[in-house]
Amino acid sequence: MAVKLKEMLKVPEILSSGHRMCAGCAAPTIIKLVGMALRGPTVICNATGCLEVATTIYPYTAWKVPWIHVAFENVAAVASGVVEAFNVLREKGRSRYEHVDVIAIGGDGGTFDIGFGALSGALERGHDFVYLVYDNGAYQNTGIQRSGATLPGQETTTSWAGKVEPGKRERKKPLAEIVAAHRIPYVATVSPYYWRDFIQKFRKALEVEGPAFIHAFSPCPRGWRSDTSKSIELSKLAVETGIHPLYEVIDGKEYIMSGPSKRLKELKPLDEYLKLQGQFKHLFTPQWEDFRKQVQEQIIEDWHLLRKKCGLE
Amino acid sequence: MPERVMFTMGDVACAEGALSAGCRYFGGYPITPATEIAEWMAIRMPQVGGAYVQYEDEIASITSVIGASWAGTKAMTATSGPGVSLMMEAIGLAVMTETPLVLVNIMRGGPSTGQPTRGQQGDVMQAKWGSHGDYQIIALTPASVQEMFDQTVRAFNLAEQYRVPVFVLADETVGHMREKLVIPDEKDLEIVDRKRPTVPPEEYLPFKPDEDLVPPMATFGSGYQFYATGLTHDWRGYPSDKDDVQMELITRLNEKILRNVDKIVEMERFQLDDADVAIIAYGTPSRSAKRAIREARRQGLKAGLLRLKTIWPFPERAIMDLASEVRHIVVAEQNMGQLYHMVRASAGTTPVHMMRKPVGTPQLPQEILQKIREVVTQ
Repeated sequence: MAVKLKEMLKVPEILSSGHRMCAGCAAPTIIKLVGMALRGPTVICNATGCLEVATTIYPYTAWKVPWIHVAFENVAAVASGVVEAFNVLREKGRSRYEHVDVIAIGGDGGTFDIGFGALSGALERGHDFVYLVYDNGAYQNTGIQRSGATLPGQETTTSWAGKVEPGKRERKKPLAEIVAAHRIPYVATVSPYYWRDFIQKFRKALEVEGPAFIHAFSPCPRGWRSDTSKSIELSKLAVETGIHPLYEVIDGKEYIMSGPSKRLKELKPLDEYLKLQGQFKHLFTPQWEDFRKQVQEQIIEDWHLLRKKCGLE
Repeated sequence: MPERVMFTMGDVACAEGALSAGCRYFGGYPITPATEIAEWMAIRMPQVGGAYVQYEDEIASITSVIGASWAGTKAMTATSGPGVSLMMEAIGLAVMTETPLVLVNIMRGGPSTGQPTRGQQGDVMQAKWGSHGDYQIIALTPASVQEMFDQTVRAFNLAEQYRVPVFVLADETVGHMREKLVIPDEKDLEIVDRKRPTVPPEEYLPFKPDEDLVPPMATFGSGYQFYATGLTHDWRGYPSDKDDVQMELITRLNEKILRNVDKIVEMERFQLDDADVAIIAYGTPSRSAKRAIREARRQGLKAGLLRLKTIWPFPERAIMDLASEVRHIVVAEQNMGQLYHMVRASAGTTPVHMMRKPVGTPQLPQEILQKIREVVTQ
């Protein structure tokens, strides 16, 4: 899909302004980019989370496409049902549409944690749908609790930083790779800064037969204690520091590093990413100096491992 | 630790109560309006040498609590309606394996996502009947910040004594209100611990009850070999599909609670001695009721309140006695009328009036006053 900025600006938005997402939240930008990738009739299934709550505050909705809110743990299962129902209607000649695209959207809590079983089940069954996770690194909606996507060293209200603990100690769950291990046709990571890469990948995800998975990086100024004007800058830095490298996985086998990550001669220092956020402030005290170095080393190690998978080393 | 005074919210008081009761394990998962309990535990558990562990969902958090309890620790979790719905299978498992644990439900509006930030009392029947099969649990209903502390301590004591899951059922208003809290000196708190086996390991039968119908509980690593299963089991813990084993086990699981209703149930009688009209309420509506009753008395209407601090097991006898004292009973609940049906079943021929309000705003004092006036003039 050739993506031209001028053309994209003509595409009708699927999320209207006036929604109540926080200032600087990247999730509405992500949804805007999803809208630019659509190819026809689309149904969106949305798990509980910030996006669901803040775009549909009674009696309003910001959505301009058919949209269903489900519970927290089951958006992939609900999307499975929607896909299968449309298949039946089409087979019986009772659908107005040749094809309907179905997109399931969850935050990191609803995808990495509580919705993981439903996601894995849907991938195994092989329904033709796209799962989008907007990953802001914690349960931001309930007030910033740690999730499986929270980074080591990140402070949340259930992984406090202080004299005893540096915030969360555990690694972030490598979800895109776990999803790819289901050998589904298409997995890709995206960042809203690299909008062309984002739209092209999302379109590819819609076009493949069978399940596709898009992992979008989504800065959260409220939870991260970052300036609301820095979200897109953070989206760029996350790629450049290796926090969120951009790549695709085809059929769970072929790893392809995407342009923005491939062009990096080397990673930028992690500190550049951390320093813009209050949630990592404690890591710059002498006490957590070593911990911060460990996190940096871990990221470099993961980066080389990914490059090897992509055949670049 | 000596006595401490705090000005704090109900959720925090609940967490402090658990710590004072000896709880050293919290299996957490965020959900409005119970998240503050998890957040407070995430701060406090490391300070007291306990563990706060966050799980990937509520099913994992409650089952981790079952594991922690069998490992010998007093353990709990806290959640709200949707989370309790997910936990229900595990509640049945805890009942069947006689696992002491405390489950706090800060009740919000339902069904489904409902009104996450608004209080209601829609989960009282779920607490009793939510898991499958015939069983008993205990449910306590605090109405103030101090009671969030006191009743959480009591919840642990009851869980340990009867080897049963105990619910602390607080509506969101109680969970989020801020009031003075006095945390007593630990010497002044009565703390109950589970019975341990006294026989040598080779004679131990894990589900052989004592006279009080509660079997002593060995824990992992204590040298006692045992088998705990959700299948119907005999005294040895071995699964059985026989009628007599099922009959004995199910009868005992129910009787160990029902036989002790008088010891378990607590309630407050407020201006009931000469009352014509009795309000029955628990949690936030009971606070409105007190104000309404004071005003009613000023106007010459003889009203009183029976405030339930324990709703399961249900205090049938207390309701029977009350019904013989008063001319009318009004049940004011922040739901469509759930305990109302239990009250009606126990009240004989005394008229029982339903005052339902399944919304975030509880019955207001003037609404209750109006109801009192209405039934008196009937």
